[in-house]
Amino acid sequence: MAACLFFIFLVPLAAAGLALMNVGLGRSRSAGHMMMASLCALAVAGLAYFVCGFAWQGFIGGPSHVLAVSGKNWNWIAAEPFFFRKIPFDGSAASLVALFQIFCVGLAALIPLGSGADRWRLRASCLSTGMLAALTYPLFAHWVWGGGWLAQLGVNYGIGRGFLDVGGAGTVQVLGGLTALAVTWILGPRRGKYSADGMAPAIPGHNGVLVLFGCVLALIGWIGLNSAGAILFTGGEPSGAALIAINTMLAASASALTAAFITKIRFGKPDASLTANGWVGGLVASSASCAFVIPAEAVVIGSVAGVAITFSIEWLELQMEVDDPGGAISVHAVGGIWGLLALGMFGQFERPVLNVAGDTLPSTMSGFVSGQWLAQLIGVATLLGFVLPLTYGVNRLLNRFYPFRVSVEGERQGMDLHELGAGAYPEFVTHTDEFLPR
Amino acid sequence: MKVVGFLMLPAGWFLALAAIVLFAAPPLRAAFVLAGIAVEALGLILAFRAHLIPREEKR
Repeated sequence: MAACLFFIFLVPLAAAGLALMNVGLGRSRSAGHMMMASLCALAVAGLAYFVCGFAWQGFIGGPSHVLAVSGKNWNWIAAEPFFFRKIPFDGSAASLVALFQIFCVGLAALIPLGSGADRWRLRASCLSTGMLAALTYPLFAHWVWGGGWLAQLGVNYGIGRGFLDVGGAGTVQVLGGLTALAVTWILGPRRGKYSADGMAPAIPGHNGVLVLFGCVLALIGWIGLNSAGAILFTGGEPSGAALIAINTMLAASASALTAAFITKIRFGKPDASLTANGWVGGLVASSASCAFVIPAEAVVIGSVAGVAITFSIEWLELQMEVDDPGGAISVHAVGGIWGLLALGMFGQFERPVLNVAGDTLPSTMSGFVSGQWLAQLIGVATLLGFVLPLTYGVNRLLNRFYPFRVSVEGERQGMDLHELGAGAYPEFVTHTDEFLPR
Repeated sequence: MKVVGFLMLPAGWFLALAAIVLFAAPPLRAAFVLAGIAVEALGLILAFRAHLIPREEKR
């Protein structure tokens, strides 16, 4: 239990890393606002999860609602009491899951902030975060980590070991990335991003140091995330953390270097922000499979993530006209989906895996499990076919009652002055236009 | 186009769900899940295209 607690306590560093990256990749006139939004997102997510999120997410073996479909039980939502009641806070599995998840839901809530940078109003982002933590996240997390129907695919239908996601590549990252896509569609691009002549000028981040330091913090947080997830949701032993940490580090390294290499070849010099995005994309891709692959496979997973993320960012920005300042959609959604599929391709189950009934399924002689790729594919289909329409619909509804986008004047002035009344860097003025007479 | 795209996403998911319940043979089940994913991919493409910015709104 002590080892698991230690790993869980590292998870907030991942949130700190993402927050710093979001700040650095945005404009200087919105830096304070972004940090404030990150703090508010963590707070709102934690409270919403406390009120009803955990009740609907639950944990393996806990009470839940079941649908009987052609003789098989489909566990679709947990039935825990609200407000964390009846959780024995004595080191029980339920208490550890609740602690881990309250950090994870905050991490998922930070992802869309990077996409809505420089134009997403603070209160609107809090409302959206509340819905993510109270509805979208608990529902999908129950299906994967709470013994829900996706985890039951192996037991009920013999499809591999059921959908597996060790450190939240789908539950946290893809869910957050798809929410980021929905928010970006609703908000539209920043003013000046796409001109009528078809040009899409780059709007560079204002502080590369924050971005790269955020990457280092994220690594520590991700090691905690992946290790704690492996112990809590797959029955892993703390001694397996060394392999998990190595795989996490290797995937991030391979992905970052691949991104740096590609940008060097294409633009003549390595691009710092794309390299940073590659680093986090490697961390994201490692999350699903870190406990079930060997280090060489982690390098392959990271390298492919680096290629996919670098080209995906450019394709979304230039071809699909999706203005995502933090690159969150590519890093978290694309990287996460690749990570989930990679588990189906490379995963070896040489140790027993915790199943939905709380028992452990024995390991196989060869390590490979037939049908695991299909289970992973069904999980990806659920993310695209259920989570994306749900999160888009919820955010669109919220936008109808409380518009997400800041006014034209606010966007021109900067979110710091417009929404908070003070800039993040009062000692120097980097954008003089807001003080010019009109 | 946007509505059709967003309707195709759950339609593809239902196809994958139906495959789990209706087919026991792994190849058939896999084929239908892949078909579901293909429908979702089409829906996603439509959703992306529906969100392209009209020329007159670019500024």
